[in-house]
Amino acid sequence: MFDTGYPIATGVLTGLFFGFVLQKAQVTRYRTILGQFLFTDFTVLKVMLTAIVTGGIGILTMHQLGWVSLHVKSAVLAANAAGGLIFGVGMALAGYCPGTGAAALGDGSRHALFAVLGMVVGAGLYAETFPYLQENLLKWGSYGKVTLADLLGLSPWLVLLGLAAAAGFVFALVRRWEHRKSQAAHTGTERARPLPAH
Amino acid sequence: MNPLMLKRWNPYVVGLLIGVLSWATFLTMDKALGTSTTMVHLSGLATRAVAPEHFAANAYYAKEITPKNPFFDWQFFLVLALPLGAYAAKRLAGDREVERVPGLWAHRFGPSTLKRHAAAFVGGAVLLYGARMAGGCTSGHGISGGLQLAVSSWTFFMAMFASGVATAFLLFGKEGRRHV
Repeated sequence: MFDTGYPIATGVLTGLFFGFVLQKAQVTRYRTILGQFLFTDFTVLKVMLTAIVTGGIGILTMHQLGWVSLHVKSAVLAANAAGGLIFGVGMALAGYCPGTGAAALGDGSRHALFAVLGMVVGAGLYAETFPYLQENLLKWGSYGKVTLADLLGLSPWLVLLGLAAAAGFVFALVRRWEHRKSQAAHTGTERARPLPAH
Repeated sequence: MNPLMLKRWNPYVVGLLIGVLSWATFLTMDKALGTSTTMVHLSGLATRAVAPEHFAANAYYAKEITPKNPFFDWQFFLVLALPLGAYAAKRLAGDREVERVPGLWAHRFGPSTLKRHAAAFVGGAVLLYGARMAGGCTSGHGISGGLQLAVSSWTFFMAMFASGVATAFLLFGKEGRRHV
């Protein structure tokens, strides 16, 4: 029923740290999540892409040193894609994902409680339908624990570098857009307009 | 000023810290950050309390709740501590905001808390169903799987982002962008 002391202690410490920083990024707020989906606030993408690139560099290094083993989830493309599509609908409706929803309980969000209760019910519904899905959807497009590096036949370092470059490109675009938005806010216009020619 | 007392941190700094946190979980626990499996543990606990035989016969609970991953495992305590960490962050900044019905939602669907709570509940159920189908959520797939360059995780991430954007625009429209 219970894990022993060590996993409990590290679990609590990890959760405290994770919850703390999620709140400091304000991704425990409905408006931050919906702002990302409506492209008025890019906090979510900034946090996620930076975490992915930073995490990836460290994990790949430590993996090559033999310090850690990887935990790649199996690719079952139909289920990964369909699950993702369903997840997005729910996330836009709830305004939270599981981690930010749980953290939002401590951030003064009353409706997050209902979102988390819904999540428990959703988990139960999935457990009930699992025997049926197991026979079909969960077998379609099954490729095992593959990575993008395996798929492309490239070094993982190269893929990570490409990913970092793509993230950098997105951040540069966002920065430009934010700059134009703040200029527009200063001049009181809806959208930044070019300066009139003299 | 003490950075712990700031209301909001630079999102790039937070991303960096979460990336470093993932190093720690791989190193200390041989585990990747994740949260949605805990919801399965919770629903398993509830099912077992109400219908123990039904619980025992379910293949999914048998797969997800094992001696190696008992009901109250590492991730369970992680999720339990999430609101405490968030609460500490909020209080240190002296932020006392309580959110009942978010402005964007109220603008489109009115100030009813019942309506908002119902939507949050349904949204939560739908998203977790999807997360379990895909094998993870924003943390397990999005961050942990994304950083390991997993094909499963990037497929999930792209699908969920596209669907989140489409749903948000369907719900709130372009007009909604001015009310976030």
